Amino acid sequence: MSEQGDRHTPGRGLINGLAVTLKTMTRRSGTQQYPDVEPELPPRSRGVIALLEENCTVCMLCARECPDWCIYIDSHKEEVVVPGAARARQRNVLDKFDIDFSLCMYCGICIEVCPFDALHWTPEFEYAETDVLNLLHDKNRLGDWMRTVPPPPAHDVLGEPSKEEATAARKAAGPGAPTPAQTARPAVRPEPKP
Amino acid sequence: MPLWLDLLVRVVAVVAAFLVVPLVVGQMEHKVMAHMQSRLGPMYAGGFHGWAQLVADGVKFVQKEDITPRDADRPVFRLAPLVALFPYLVVLLAIPLGPGGLVAQPMDVGLFFVLAVLGVGVVAVLMSAWASANKYSLLGGLRGAAQLLGYELPLVLSAASVAMAAGTLSLPGIVAAWSPWWLLWQAPAALVFFVSGLAEIRRPPFDMPIADSELVFGYMTEYTGLRFAFFLLAEYVGIVVIAALTTVLFLGGWHGPDPAHLGWLWTLAKVFAVSFVVIWLRVSYPRLREDQLQRLCWLVLVPVALAQLVLTAVVKLAL
Repeated sequence: MSEQGDRHTPGRGLINGLAVTLKTMTRRSGTQQYPDVEPELPPRSRGVIALLEENCTVCMLCARECPDWCIYIDSHKEEVVVPGAARARQRNVLDKFDIDFSLCMYCGICIEVCPFDALHWTPEFEYAETDVLNLLHDKNRLGDWMRTVPPPPAHDVLGEPSKEEATAARKAAGPGAPTPAQTARPAVRPEPKP
Repeated sequence: MPLWLDLLVRVVAVVAAFLVVPLVVGQMEHKVMAHMQSRLGPMYAGGFHGWAQLVADGVKFVQKEDITPRDADRPVFRLAPLVALFPYLVVLLAIPLGPGGLVAQPMDVGLFFVLAVLGVGVVAVLMSAWASANKYSLLGGLRGAAQLLGYELPLVLSAASVAMAAGTLSLPGIVAAWSPWWLLWQAPAALVFFVSGLAEIRRPPFDMPIADSELVFGYMTEYTGLRFAFFLLAEYVGIVVIAALTTVLFLGGWHGPDPAHLGWLWTLAKVFAVSFVVIWLRVSYPRLREDQLQRLCWLVLVPVALAQLVLTAVVKLAL
């Protein structure tokens, strides 16, 4: 029956309405019983931001790119004497790294811009507080979240090897060896068949 | 059994049914409506799937402040919830549960009595609407009065058709005279009775007098606490009463396998089945507009009920 015909059959819509509700009743409901049953989140869902302090160079990119300025960083410089070097090197040491999750809008830009993978998403989301001031997580608390960061996804076996691996392999093979990029693609294009 | 003991047992049984069956229907509404909307409904109260939700609601209502507006007509305002509730209690007295006098008060004019008492509901709506001194209440009450007066007519006409077919006004008599082919013969009357019964108890899709999106809560706007709970209870008892009357008049009451022993069970099962349909309609259909409401009553239900009367009379005379 065409759609036009459906519309002109009297009472058809009424029957359809009853059928929809009855069908919904026989299916499982979509309710998630959260506090009793843990939700099934996608593996890399974005719950909270974790800090790997050793990777941070205090470049301040995250704090500057943050749209609502909720990252607070303090640091000082330390001299590191390298034996054999002409001069002592300087190194940034992190004093304070706070993220105010009452301001954060979970855009993830800080994680995107971090050049040294010091910031990571973790799927933990149960850090609600009764006082809004407690939502300011200091670097210890942010560091604690690192335990919950899921391992990175495995490398695509069909993709190009990572730059580090490629460089190491080239160095091991000696000068003049073909680069992986050259081996991955055939050197001569196949002739198009007529 | 002495007379007073007999009376006591009957009255206690009816009051118990009056207090228990509407709660079961209410809980059924919570659960059925939730699952029809892909939800779970109450899950915590009482531990097992929220079975005590309505008990908890009752306790909550008792604790609430009982407010009477300053400009309200105090005695009328306070009396209205009871007037809304009481007729349904009286109606339950006349509903036969099983054969052999399993009815609280057998009456020769049972049908007449039941329909007359149900009509008192209009008074409760008008009382609460007028006494609230609130324009939303008044609008809701006037809508309710127009609706209830209109739908009284098809309700009575379709009930008259059954009475004519059975040749009696007594409710047990009607059930005793019932035979399965009435399902076909009286089908239009059953439909008209059920639909106008829904309108009588102001259930969605006929809840124009309450219409919470435009009239706050209609004639119940100013009510709080226990009095409001009485109105809500009246709604659920109304479902039970309409389902019971539909069962008794059109679905053959206690008829089923082994009616002598299991008659009460068949009656209850049919009552709950019809209550389920009442809830199902509420979930499925949007509210009727006021003009659609009146049009359905006067242009569809009344003519169908009249035609059914003629049909009943013709078949009755021919047989």
